[in-house]
Amino acid sequence: MSQETGINIASSIKDTIIAGLLALIVFGPVVGILLDGYGFETRFDDVAWIVAIVMAGRFAISVFVQTEAGKKFIYRQLIKEDGVTVTAPDYKSKMRYIIPIVIIIGLIAPFIASKYVLTVVILGLIYVLLGLGLNIVVGLAGLLDLGFVGFYAIGAYGLALGYEYLGLGFWSMLPLAAIMAGVAGAILGFPVLRMHGDYLAIVTLGFGEIIRLVLTNWTEFTHGPNGVSAPLPTLFGLEFKRRSRDGTPFHEFFGLSYDSAFKYIFIYLVLFLVVLAVLYVKHRLTRMPIGRAWEALREDEIACRSLGLNHVLVKLSAFTLGAATGGIAGVFFATYQGFVNPSSFTFFESALILAIVVLGGMGSTLGVVIAAFVLTVAPEMLREFADYRVLMFGILMVVMMIWKPRGLVRVTRKGFATRKGVVK
Amino acid sequence: MDIVLQQLVNGLTLGSVYGLIAIGYTMVYGIIGMINFAHGDVYMVSSYLTAIAIALFSFFGLESFPIIIFGTLIFTIIVTGAYGWVIERVAYRPLRNSSRLSVLISAIGMSLILQNYVQISQGARQQGIPTMLTGAIRFDIGDGFVQITYMKLFILFAAFLGMGVLTYIIQKTKLGRMCRATQQDRKMASILGINTDRVISSVFVIGAAMAALAGVLVTLDYGAFDFYVGFIIGIKAFTAAVLGGIGSLPGAMLGGVILGLSEALFAGLISSDYKDVFSFSLLVIILIFRPSGLLGKPEVEKV
Repeated sequence: MSQETGINIASSIKDTIIAGLLALIVFGPVVGILLDGYGFETRFDDVAWIVAIVMAGRFAISVFVQTEAGKKFIYRQLIKEDGVTVTAPDYKSKMRYIIPIVIIIGLIAPFIASKYVLTVVILGLIYVLLGLGLNIVVGLAGLLDLGFVGFYAIGAYGLALGYEYLGLGFWSMLPLAAIMAGVAGAILGFPVLRMHGDYLAIVTLGFGEIIRLVLTNWTEFTHGPNGVSAPLPTLFGLEFKRRSRDGTPFHEFFGLSYDSAFKYIFIYLVLFLVVLAVLYVKHRLTRMPIGRAWEALREDEIACRSLGLNHVLVKLSAFTLGAATGGIAGVFFATYQGFVNPSSFTFFESALILAIVVLGGMGSTLGVVIAAFVLTVAPEMLREFADYRVLMFGILMVVMMIWKPRGLVRVTRKGFATRKGVVK
Repeated sequence: MDIVLQQLVNGLTLGSVYGLIAIGYTMVYGIIGMINFAHGDVYMVSSYLTAIAIALFSFFGLESFPIIIFGTLIFTIIVTGAYGWVIERVAYRPLRNSSRLSVLISAIGMSLILQNYVQISQGARQQGIPTMLTGAIRFDIGDGFVQITYMKLFILFAAFLGMGVLTYIIQKTKLGRMCRATQQDRKMASILGINTDRVISSVFVIGAAMAALAGVLVTLDYGAFDFYVGFIIGIKAFTAAVLGGIGSLPGAMLGGVILGLSEALFAGLISSDYKDVFSFSLLVIILIFRPSGLLGKPEVEKV
């Protein structure tokens, strides 16, 4: 066949026409006819644009896959090797220079940055925490948790309601919320983790929705959709308010004039240290037997069980730790907003956190940190595209799964070597 | 007593709608073992298509109820079927040999895309259609009464007709035989000359068509919808599919009816605020205690 090496334009054109017709059927009614009351307005020019773009794209792809470069590209996609880069045992990562610099910059930054930048960065850091928590569950242990926002809500409402009913402040709720969320994770996880992966996703989704619906409907306890106010953190009992009901506020104690940025600087610093601590713990965990067990279980559950790993306990530990991290993030979110209501804990939030983990790379810590900032800070920068945010996340998730299911940042792992003098 | 009977009637219609949507979940799960997370949003798209079709028909001056209903059904089923095909082709077929986690994440992405795409193109506000079919049959029982609107009767009739047609297709036609063969053993089916990719595509189209039927019926009855309706009803239909035993067609219908009835009774007798909580809790409880559902076979994990 002489056709095989050349480009078959006729079949490309056929593909293009079919794609165009489908685009017309699919986009024509929904985009072209804008419902307006019981009548409608037409927008056929938009439809024409979309159909033209789809046809052009289909034609380009159709021609590309017939060229030599295209064939090579498809071949590479087919033999795509997943996995990790294993470095030599004596390899020293450049990260040991970068990390101290990042820490120093991170500690100095709040005193220079404007209040607006600070609030955006705080939000970014909260999502780093959430991403790290979910990364343990999804990335390392391979359990798809679609109700992660439930644990986030437990943390946030824990602070708000703990303050309202029990008078507990930020510092006592921080560990308590982690424990509460962890316990909730364990209670939910224990029966659920025996089951099949996909069912787990749906059960956790149901759990997240149950939490949100209870928060919305149990108005006597949670004040329903009106929300609850949450307290600010204190520095050894010094409050960051303009006036303090009991004791001196922070700025009077140090003889400074009141500035609302103080509280954000303080939240930022605490949050930054907590994120560092979580990063360190996670870094160590992935090198401990439990972390190895998570990843082994993700790769092949049946093999692990045959080798004697207790799969329920291993999964449960990942689930509980992830949930506890989510709870901590919730406390910071509540104190940063000063107020929580159920609308912050919708399924979309879970999907956003999942997008962070997917983009950053399953199991990659660095990837998650970068992705969390990209996905939370970018929408702040691109306000005019705010409507398209969810669309972008959706496209991102589909494209990433097809193109690079392990995320953008490749996981590296240090190789092992026998110590000199121990094994002959 | 009259409340219970009224809620049974409401629950039966609601349940038949859940059953129609659950068919899409259960067929796709049966054939490629994935949860089509975007299925609820396909239903949502069909609600918009219903309103668009009705607006178009009234614009061209068609007033007769049977013609409008029939035309709307055909239009919505065809376009929604095209959605099912395109979604499978774009988001799931490239992932045929990937891990289940990847496919599920891709499906979640597709669900977000559909929601936001409809929100952008049609606006975030709630939409509605005029009431098409009015009137009701009324039974007096003791002091109270039970009312069955003609619309509810129509829903029951259309839903059971749709399920009957589907059962016929699956049991008697060549396409149905190919579907069943692919469901039992995809590799073997393709060795025996069945184009399994095409069968999988047609399963998505059938699922979308059933969701479209449900979308038309619910929209005609309820009248109002927005771009977010697919999420809750999607989870509930999935609950119905799991309740009946995922992968089993009669199970999906049975599960839909049971879920609809129990949810309506819960809403009528205990609390309507917590009826969604009830459904989700039911889902969690079924999955924990009987993951294979009422009519499903227990799944054996193979290496």
